[in-house]
Order: sequence, then C-alpha cells, then structure tokens
Amino acid sequence: MAETGPLKLAGTDDFVVFDGVQKSYDGITLVVKDLNLSVPKGEFLTMLGPSGSGKTTCLMMLAGFETATSGEIRLKGRNINTVPPHKRGIGMVFQNYALFPHMSVAENLAFPLEVRKIGKSEREAKVQRALDMVQMGEFGGRRPAQLSGGQQQRIALARALVFEPELVLMDEPLGALDKQLREQMQFEITRIAHDLGITVVYVTHDQTEALTMSDRVAVFNDGRIQQLASPSDLYEHPANSFVAQFIGENNRLMGTVTRIDGGTCIVRLDSGDEIDAKPINVSKVGDRTQISIRPERVETNKDRFRQGAHTLQAEVLEFIYMGDIFRTRLRVAGHDDFVIKTRNAPDQIRHQPGTRIEVGWLPEDCRALDAPQGT
Amino acid sequence: MTDHTASAAALSADGMPLKRSLNRALRRQKLRAFVLIAPLLVFVLFTFLAPIGDMLFRSVENQIVSETLPRTVKALADWDPASDAPPGEAAFRALGHDLVIAVERKTHTRLGSRLNYEASGMSSLLRSTGRDVEDIGEDVSAALGALDPAWTEAATWVDLLADPAWIAEQAAWSASGNRSGEPAFRLSDTASSALPDTAEIYGSFARITQQENDRSPTRQDPWHLVAITLVEEITATPSAAQAFQGDHALRLAAIAQADLPATDFVAAFGASNDRWATPTPWAVIAMYSAPYTPGYFLNAVDLGKTPDGIAPRPVEEQVYILLFLRTMWLSLTITGLCLLLGYPVAWLLANLPSRQANLLMILVLLPFWTSLLVRTSAWKVLLQRQGVINDVLVWIGLISDDGRLVMINNQLGTIIAMTHILLPFMILPLYSVMKTIPGTYMRAAKSLGANDWSAFWRVYFPQSVPGIAAGSILVFILAIGYYITPELMGGARGVFISNRIAYHIGTSLNWGLAAALGTILLLVVLVLYWVYDRFVGVKNVKFG
Ligand SMILES: Nc1ncnc2c1ncn2[C@@H]1O[C@H](COP(=O)(O)OP(=O)(O)O)[C@@H](O)[C@H]1O
Ligand SMILES: [Mg+2]
Repeated sequence: MAETGPLKLAGTDDFVVFDGVQKSYDGITLVVKDLNLSVPKGEFLTMLGPSGSGKTTCLMMLAGFETATSGEIRLKGRNINTVPPHKRGIGMVFQNYALFPHMSVAENLAFPLEVRKIGKSEREAKVQRALDMVQMGEFGGRRPAQLSGGQQQRIALARALVFEPELVLMDEPLGALDKQLREQMQFEITRIAHDLGITVVYVTHDQTEALTMSDRVAVFNDGRIQQLASPSDLYEHPANSFVAQFIGENNRLMGTVTRIDGGTCIVRLDSGDEIDAKPINVSKVGDRTQISIRPERVETNKDRFRQGAHTLQAEVLEFIYMGDIFRTRLRVAGHDDFVIKTRNAPDQIRHQPGTRIEVGWLPEDCRALDAPQGT
Repeated sequence: MTDHTASAAALSADGMPLKRSLNRALRRQKLRAFVLIAPLLVFVLFTFLAPIGDMLFRSVENQIVSETLPRTVKALADWDPASDAPPGEAAFRALGHDLVIAVERKTHTRLGSRLNYEASGMSSLLRSTGRDVEDIGEDVSAALGALDPAWTEAATWVDLLADPAWIAEQAAWSASGNRSGEPAFRLSDTASSALPDTAEIYGSFARITQQENDRSPTRQDPWHLVAITLVEEITATPSAAQAFQGDHALRLAAIAQADLPATDFVAAFGASNDRWATPTPWAVIAMYSAPYTPGYFLNAVDLGKTPDGIAPRPVEEQVYILLFLRTMWLSLTITGLCLLLGYPVAWLLANLPSRQANLLMILVLLPFWTSLLVRTSAWKVLLQRQGVINDVLVWIGLISDDGRLVMINNQLGTIIAMTHILLPFMILPLYSVMKTIPGTYMRAAKSLGANDWSAFWRVYFPQSVPGIAAGSILVFILAIGYYITPELMGGARGVFISNRIAYHIGTSLNWGLAAALGTILLLVVLVLYWVYDRFVGVKNVKFG
C-alpha cells in the first residue's frame, strides 16, 4: 500500500513527492485516486500496472502536461503545480520517441541546448558526448526516419539526457521494440541511469521490465498504488491478491480462515482440505481468502517435505518440457490450473499425465491474501 | 549462388522466363484497372485535354487569311510590307479574285473582324470593298454582250465550259422534275486545257452557285470576273479559240479580234476606297498571311507587328501586362491573407475535441453550401457605400456620413470577397496535415525546455509546412483564374485577366486573343509551379 505519508520532511529522500494527488479528466470519475508517493534522489522507480490504470496520467502531471485536480506535486521540496513544463527541467522519453522528423539526429539533440542558449561549441561537444553514451556517435547527420526503432529509441534517450536533467521520465519507452532489443535496451537504460546518478520514473505494463530494471516498483491498479516495494519483495511478498496475480505466475486456491495465530493460520479450502499459510491481509477466523503459491515453491519430492507440513493430493494433467525447466499442470483441491515448475536436473522426476502425486510447500511460501471481489 | 545461375534469367516452373510469366499474370489486373479508369479517362480527354489543346491551337491559328485570300497571299509573297508603296497590279487583281469568291461565300466579314484585331479599320474596309468588288468588270460583261448577245445567256457559258457528259446528266435531271440533287458541275477537258484561268474561275462560280446558293449554273449569269478573265485570256492567246468548234470558236475569235481593254483593278480598288492606294492594308494582310501567327501572343503582352518589326502597342491600348501583374499581385495577397486567417482555424480544428471540431468544421464548410453568386452578392450588400458595414461605422460615429468607406468596385472589394471565398481551400489542406502531427511533438519540445512559442515555431510549424504549401498553391491557382467575384466586386481596377478573357470569348469574339491570354496564364502557373517545386518541393505538398 501507499508507503509515504505527507508529513515527511523534504530532503534527498523526497526528491519527487506526490502528495494526495487526484486527477479527473471529465469531472465524474477519478483516474488517479489519492496518490501519495515519494521518490528519493537517484532512484529508479517504475510505475507498473495494466493499461488504463493511470500511470501515464501520473507521469504527465509530473511533467506538467496535465494539472492535478487536487493535491500537490513537489520537486526538490518545491511545489511545481503551477510551473509550466518547459521550466521544470525534467527529461522525458515518449513511447513513440517523438523525435522531430524535420531535424537531423544532431539537431534533435541540440534542440534542448539551443533553447537554453548554450554556445555552439559547448553544444556540439555535449551532443557528441550524448550520442557516444548511447553508442550512436556516427549517426548525428541522419534523419530519424533513416534509423531503426532501436536506434530511434537510443536517440530519444540521448535527447532526454543531453541537457543533464536530474529527473527523467519514461513512458513505456520500449513498448515498440522486439523482445531481444528490449532486453538489451533495458540493460542500457539502467546502466546509463546509474552512471549518471539521475532519478528515473519509468512507466511500463511489462512486469519483467519492471522487475529487472527498478530499485522500486509501484504497482498501479484502478488509479491507486497497490504496492510499492523492491522487485524481490513484490515477487515474494505480494501485499494483495491483485499484486500476486499481476506479478509473475501464481497458483490460486480459494478458502476460508479457520484458525489464526501470530505468524500462521489454517485455511480450509473449498475442497475441504486444510493447509497452513502465512496470513497477509486476513484478520480473523471466517474471512474468505485467496491462497497464493508460486509454482517454483511447490514441492513434489516427499523427502523434502518439512515435518508436519500439510500436503495435498494431486493428479497430473499435463507435462511440458521447456528445456531449462519442467512445467507440470495438476488438479489440486478441485482446481485444474495448478502449475508447478521444476528445474531440469538428472534426478528430477518427469511426472506422467494420469499419475497421482502429493504436493506440499513451506507455510511461509503460501500466502493467505484478500479474496478478490465476488469470490 | 554461382555466377552462372545468377546471370541466367530466372525461370518459372513451366520453363518460361519468370519476368514473362509475371507480366502475363499482371496483364489481367492491368486490363481491369484500365477498364475501371477508362470512363474517367475518356471524360477527361474530351472535357479537359481536348479544350486545352484547342486553346493552344487557337492561340496561334490564323488560317483564315490564307484560306480566304489564297491568291492575294501568294501575290504578296514577294512584296515587302515595310515598303511605302502599295504592291503591284497583280496583287490587286488577286485580291479582286479572292474577294469576289469571299463575298459570295460571305467569309469576307469574318476576315475583316480577324484583321481588325490587328489594325482597326480593316473590317469596314473589307466590307465596303466587298460591296463594290462584284461590280468590277461590269463594263466587260456589257462589251461582251454587245459583241454577241449570246454572252448574256447563261447557257452559252455552260455549253462552252462544262463537260458534255455533265450537260447531258443535268438535262436528264432537269427533265425528271426533281427540285434538288442537281449533279455536281464538271468542267470540260477542252476548256480546262485551252482556257485554264477562265475554266478555274468559272468552276468556282459553278460550285459556289450550286453549293452555297443552291442554284443551277445553267440559269445564273456568271460573275463579271469570269468575263474579265475570258477576255484577258483569249486576248493574250487568240489561238485558244481553235480548241473549240462551231459557234464557240467564232465567238472566241471575235473577242480576240475586238481587242477589248484590260480591266484596271488598281483603279477599281482605288475608286472603292482610297486606302487601297496606301501600303497599310496590304501590309496587314501580308503580315498576318501565315497560317500560324504569334500575333495573338504579341497582342496579349501589349506588343504588335509593324512593318518594321515587333513594337509596343500604343500606350492607351496597353492593358494586358498590367492585368497579368495585377492578377498575380492580388492572388498573392489573397493567398497570404487566407494563410494568416486560416492557419489558426486549422490548428483549432485539428486540436479541439472531436465534438467541437466537428461543429467548427461545419462552419468552415458552410460557405460551400451556398452558391458563389449568393456569397459574392452578400459581400456587395455588406461592403457597398450604403451597405451594412458603412452604416454601422457611421452609426457608432467612427466615420462621418460623407466619409463612407469605398470598399467595393476596387481591389479591396475583390480581396475581401475572394479571401472569404477561398479560405476553406486553405483551411482544409492545412487541417488534414495538422491532423497528422501528433501532440507529442509539442510536448516533447516543451519537455526539452522550449516555451510555447519556440515549440510552435521550431517544431510544429515546420511540420505544417506541407499543408501551407498545399493550401497556398491551391488558393493561388484558384485565385489566378477567378472570374465571377472580381467581375462583381472589382469595378474597373479590381478585375483579373480572366475577366478580360471572358470578354474576348463572349463579347469581342476574339477567341484567338482569349486563347493566347489563357495560354499565357497557363504558362505562368506552370512556371510558378516549377519555381515552387524548386523552393518548396512538390513532394512536400501534402493534402493529408
Ligand atoms: N486526455 C484524456 N482525456 C480523458 N481521459 C483520459 C485522458 N487520458 C487518459 N484518460 C483516461 O484516464 C485513464 C487512465 O489513462 P492513462 O493514464 O493513460 O493509463 P495508463 O497509462 O496506465 O494506461 C484511462 O481510463 C483513460 O481513458
Ligand atoms: Mg499509458
């Protein structure tokens, strides 16, 4: 959930602050609902969420192209609600690159320097340095239309950095690239961001991108931040069923809490089986809950089951060989979309469809979350 | 791939060269495409290319002189139009011949109008001499009749000069009682070889009598010109009489012996109009005798041919250069105004939410739903001295009642009304180009530190240039050929070249000059287009 309260003092921890920000385009629905977020200097923060969850809107408010309906946005402790975009000094990379088609690459890069009235020789040096930084030193004379998508992406990045902003916003900058190029660019962007020590607010709907690039990820849904945490926390300790479902692969079992004490609880599944789980956002006996277990945390080798751990009977429905791992689909407690992933090792059993096995897990890998609406 | 296979022509599966089988496959498609455009192609051919071709042709075409006065043109070939004496007797005689025929065909008035474009007075001169020329040689006919009354009979002439076979056919036709379809006249071989000049002129007479006047040569007295020619020919070669038999030989010999005086065409023309004694009318005929002439074009740029070469027209006749310049200048002004007024509107259209944009679009298109004439008349009502605008200005006291502004019947009227009428042609191309410029460019520019103005000027404006180019060329080319609005709003000083073209087509009927003016206008547009291509680049023109 939202971590940062409005009471924190401005400092390096509060380079960018959203303070109770709301946004409505039409005066009827709130697209961003009570956003509180603070980004420390030098952080790589990613806004991750499904399409329409309000990520772009947040970024646009920060850049100054949209005004917050209420609340305050602060940059370096200063309220910037009324500062026009061109005075904010924020670098920005757009999804479709927005390279000016009538200028050459070098002219594109020189543009922010020219409007800042930087002298010609210094301008040229900076442009060349920025081009070299994205390994596009040779391409200054070309027109954007003469570049491939990946090259345009690099130029857009260089242009957003050439005037040395402290804060750079990127709105799905890799959305139009193919997978391999995307991975390469992910690496480059993080490398450059760390080298320059800039603060980055990055928007994506691709969870892998978010996990691999970010210091922290803010998961958006329905205009709210669902969880703000480091990638590993997000993956391993999802705070609610939306995050668990949105990040990574996840097995779900529905049930009701029958006993709860401290760090563990007992959940009676709808099939009647009982299991141990770690209570995350269930509070009392009788709560409906969604059990969440990552496929790679499910154990099938009886020797490795912990003493006294609950296990469930399962029937193998499908076995898929994927090279580095095996992916086995099971019917567990009435759900037949239960998936387990096992490492391809010589001693690993390849379960044949139709066989019956026993599955188990550590109680701390099995999280009792809120039950989504209507279940 | 080895060199061998790379250089050999690629073959398709059935061993045919790939290129050929591809062409074969494409032929059907091409044929279908052609059939689809064929109606339009035919339409364009007949309604656009053919008229333009006709216009180009008419602007230089001048066959009327050589067709109407073929003998005169030939006789004047050796005469120098710059000389200060009229040509020799032969030219007068040739013009006499040509005019008799032209008068019979009633083509001499058209020739008069044509030559009048080049030198005023030619029309009346030809008309008055046309009336007199038929009487030249009256005395010769009378002398012949005195010599032998048979010469006053049409039948004598027919018998002398017509093919006997034709005479028989004609008699049979006459006996049959038919009212129409008399056999076409044919000359006899004897006459043609013995009396070639007489035969030729009589042949013309017979043909014109039959075809143009729908009469029979057997019942019509020949022109005096035939008598003149016969007398002169037989006097010059009396032996020609021996080719004929019986009465004809005797009658012809009698003429040869009578030694009748030759007809003096010079005196006859002088008697009709003393201007024929000066070189001027002859020079006009000689200068415009070629079947193709630059005369219309010279006229269209205020020049004219004189015996001493090409020279400017008299100052009071110089209108066209001024009109061309004014047309260019006003069209440019109108284009500039349209751009100034249209650009912000197009920008709004492209950037407003679609509901408001649609409403605005309807407002922009509204003028298209009312007739051009109605809109122009509305401007008249607004702008005239007692019009709405002047009334309002007087009422609020900005101008006095005597100081009412003159906004109509001058260039201002033309500019105001045409800017309004042509505005949509600027807005629409601008709009369709602006529609394709994503808003992110402006945002990107601002995020890079540009203020609103430099974001617009450095990023948005250059991308809208293709729309400006398209709109400007559209408006300019439409304006340059505009006609109704300048006619109604422009008064004397606000009219365009097209008004003059319309005048020559509709009123003065000088189509050649109208065609030359139109051709120059077309050329000017093409040259401008070329210049425009050099500087803006036609590939930069985008309509969407
Ligand atoms: N300019 C706008 N006018 C009206 N509604 C908008 C506008 N931009 C975005 N929205 C709406 O706001 C919501 C959030 O949009 P956005 O911030 O673009 O989401 P995301 O970037 O997460 O996909 C969507 O429902 C979208 O329809
Ligand atoms: Mg978005």
